[in-house]
Amino acid sequence: MLKLLMIMAVLSFNSVHAAIDTYEFKDADKQARFHELTADLRCPKCQNQNLADSNSEIAQDLRQKVYEMLDADQSDSDIVDFMVARYGEFVLYEPRFSLQNSILWLGPFALLIVGLFVVLFLVRSRSKNSKIDSAEVELDTQQQKRLKQVLNKGKK
Amino acid sequence: MPRLLLFIPLALFSILILFLWKGLSIDPRELPSALIDKPFPAFKVEALLSPERKLTTADIVGKPVLINVWATWCPSCRQEHEQLLRIAQENKIAIIGLNYKDERTAATQWLTQLGNPYQFNIYDESGMLGLDLGVYGAPETYLLDAQGIIRHRHVGVVTEQTWQELQAIIKSWEKL
Amino acid sequence: MIPELGEYALILALGFSVILAIVPLYGAASLKTIWMEYAKPLAKAQFFFMAISFACLGYAFGQDDFSVQYVANHSNSQLPIQFKLSAVWGGHEGSLLLWALILSGWTLAVSLFSRGLPLDMLARVLGVMGIIATGFISFLLWTSSPFLRYLPRYPRDGADLNPLLQDFGLIVHPPLLYMGYVGFSVAFAFAIAALLSGRLDAAWARWSRPWTNVAWAFLGGGITLGSWWAYYELGWGGWWFWDPVENASLMPWLVGTALMHSLAVTEKRGVFKSWTLLLAIFAFSLSLLGTFLVRSGVLTSVHAFASDPERGFFILVLLVLTIGGSLTLYAFKAPNVKSESSFGWLSREMLLLINNVFLMVMAVTVLLGTLYPLLIDALGSGKISVGPPYFNALFVPIMGLLVVSLGFSSVARWRNTSLESVKQQLMLPGIISLASGLIFPFLYGDGFNFRVFIGISLSMWIITTVFREFKGKFRSTTSIAEKLKQLSPSYYGMMLAHVGVAVTAIGITLVSVYSEERDMRMAPGDTMELADYQFKFLGTKSVKGANFVADQGTIEISLDGESVVTLYPQKRRYNVKKSMMTEASIDPGLFRDLYLALGEPLADGAWAVRVHYKPYVRWLWLGGLLMALGGIVTVFDRRYRKNDTQKQGVANA
Repeated sequence: MLKLLMIMAVLSFNSVHAAIDTYEFKDADKQARFHELTADLRCPKCQNQNLADSNSEIAQDLRQKVYEMLDADQSDSDIVDFMVARYGEFVLYEPRFSLQNSILWLGPFALLIVGLFVVLFLVRSRSKNSKIDSAEVELDTQQQKRLKQVLNKGKK
Repeated sequence: MPRLLLFIPLALFSILILFLWKGLSIDPRELPSALIDKPFPAFKVEALLSPERKLTTADIVGKPVLINVWATWCPSCRQEHEQLLRIAQENKIAIIGLNYKDERTAATQWLTQLGNPYQFNIYDESGMLGLDLGVYGAPETYLLDAQGIIRHRHVGVVTEQTWQELQAIIKSWEKL
Repeated sequence: MIPELGEYALILALGFSVILAIVPLYGAASLKTIWMEYAKPLAKAQFFFMAISFACLGYAFGQDDFSVQYVANHSNSQLPIQFKLSAVWGGHEGSLLLWALILSGWTLAVSLFSRGLPLDMLARVLGVMGIIATGFISFLLWTSSPFLRYLPRYPRDGADLNPLLQDFGLIVHPPLLYMGYVGFSVAFAFAIAALLSGRLDAAWARWSRPWTNVAWAFLGGGITLGSWWAYYELGWGGWWFWDPVENASLMPWLVGTALMHSLAVTEKRGVFKSWTLLLAIFAFSLSLLGTFLVRSGVLTSVHAFASDPERGFFILVLLVLTIGGSLTLYAFKAPNVKSESSFGWLSREMLLLINNVFLMVMAVTVLLGTLYPLLIDALGSGKISVGPPYFNALFVPIMGLLVVSLGFSSVARWRNTSLESVKQQLMLPGIISLASGLIFPFLYGDGFNFRVFIGISLSMWIITTVFREFKGKFRSTTSIAEKLKQLSPSYYGMMLAHVGVAVTAIGITLVSVYSEERDMRMAPGDTMELADYQFKFLGTKSVKGANFVADQGTIEISLDGESVVTLYPQKRRYNVKKSMMTEASIDPGLFRDLYLALGEPLADGAWAVRVHYKPYVRWLWLGGLLMALGGIVTVFDRRYRKNDTQKQGVANA
């Protein structure tokens, strides 16, 4: 508990204001990629902020690194791999698609399919019922005679 | 619809509770090092007290060492300093300092005033070595084996308990 | 003295909750009228003492009583009075007291507005709410009392409220949100009461509906307000971050939406009773789960309260007892006999089922994404993060599907609709929607944009189909005014809410695609251009606020040479906490916001300045408000206000 408090004391160094750097790219495409990368990478020590929004030292350093790597014509996956190699998958806001994360990515879709099937099944069984409800049951003359007999018996 | 199906929500909920209960004993902000069982990143950085000396990985391999990431702007580093001095006195393992994003004069003054538990200090002024190491906030302490492979990372103040844990890890290597 | 009175009042409130939890339920089970009659006065007493307790805490804040720990930790003598009072719910203990107060408020409301309710039902509903109150007030008294003191030595002045919270948003957002969260306890209590009594006819659905709709409206309003607050307060111009605490509020809202619709069908057609019961339990369970997630320290969030595993454990026990108990009751006593009513493929019932499937998948997606890091960590497989890229990728498409089905539901009839009739009614709306979607990006933007096409088409789909249905009502009437009066508030509410969805969708689409931003170094006299506007920076000057000092920038904005507005963003430094904060300056507009924030001071009087151009961002929140308004309007329906014991007799037969 004490340890936790001490860690928090150190780590709560970030102040509460917007992180505004003035990185200017010559290339509009690189500007957009910088935007996206810093939005999708997580600040390793903040309380759930991405690199773009955090003002902590480590976030500033990492933004600088992203800027340098983009300037050096590195690809997006190079930059992401660089970050993951040092900080682990924790820094990815978009979890990688792996066996471990398969439930995460496929679960909702699977649930949707299951749900739609359930609806299908429900509607089918109820439509069948309605066919029976509304279908007229025709009695032929013999059945009608028997029906009268049964009813008369009951009256006695 | 069989009665059994109606128990599914309860079953799912029970599983969720187990996870939440386990979650109470986990610290979500503690980040394990991504470099465990990987070699210490390559570097070529000046030493703090003798700037003409350039340190490289060669200087930290050979025997198990503790690499302690510290800075004068970090209040918790001040707190753990005494413990580090004690560990240095016991002379069981060398402590190498990684002075992270600091000022040379301030750092030198600090060591003079408070004592120097470090064999030498890597002066990572830019913080780039720290970045390669996956440092996210001082103080951090890394345990390296004789081959320079990172075996353990402790984030936060090093206490007597931490020292016991580290010693236990080192002992477990000697058994192998 | 007063804080101790507050604690004592809280203990008395607990006493009444315990009695409320036991006596009326026993009375209902053994049909002892006197015991059941106790429910109403107990509810009143519980509220009375909760109100006193809350007032005592408010008084402590108002009087700067820093001997009270909670006041010392969250307030300061320099704090303006409105923030001193709203700081009451600025931290864990006080907000929990607010939670309990609101719960007792809803309990009181149920006891006052239930004329048509049979006594045993009312007794059970209030009894269940008493059980929940017992849990929460116990939690307060055992682990989180806001009345603890720093004695004998207490601080001369307080530690001040977090600057981010020193804002109008704090005054309104938490109370609205809690009204919603806690409000779902009423639907929950009705469901439990129905299960306990075994009386699972459609009547409980009718009683539940107004309570559910109001809670849903409050929650939606609270979420909307939270989004707006984050937008102007945090300086990044963002309006939703998929942060765990935000998700904790969204999940009950999604399930609440499903519940609202499902209740409508259960009331009108008597079908899906078991499912609706389950939804009622789910909605409140998610509220409770949200409480756990936010206060236990299990997840990391900028919004989370200071956490403590001991408190987390207590809430976990509350969860197990409440949710576990209710789900067990459900498993044993929910009806598993299929109701007689049948319906076809193209019917309102079917579309309702589809609506529920989509909403539930959306809720599960959010739940899964929020809890996945915890699950992986608990299994020892390391630390991962799940953020906006995941949620946006999965949530938005399903929302799109939901909107498509919304259009169909406007023209579908109960039981069955002919395909011909649907095709004929939806043909024109479909064409208009697709055409609008195609044309809009050309008119507004730089040419075709797929996301805008989808977003605008779907929004217009809602608007045209809602209008189609509305027009259809007048097909066989001569007097328009008469017909307008004839249409029920339920119907108007539904229209408002559905149009609100469309408005929000337009806002989300356009602000996501067409917003622009730039960060630039600006020295006094520099100009910058963004989205056809010119921004001229005129330097900064020092200003003083009530409890802060700030550098205030002056920026003149013009469009085509004509002056539009001058904005004054600030970089504040609060006196007590010594923390820095950016106060963005916004020029709001119905069709665009201009958003300015100051970053760091650079050399020579220059500053890092961020400029945002945000088109249609206000539509986001307007839509949310329309939805909430729609929910409120439905409650004015005559059938909820009439004292119809007659109808009940029929229903119970």
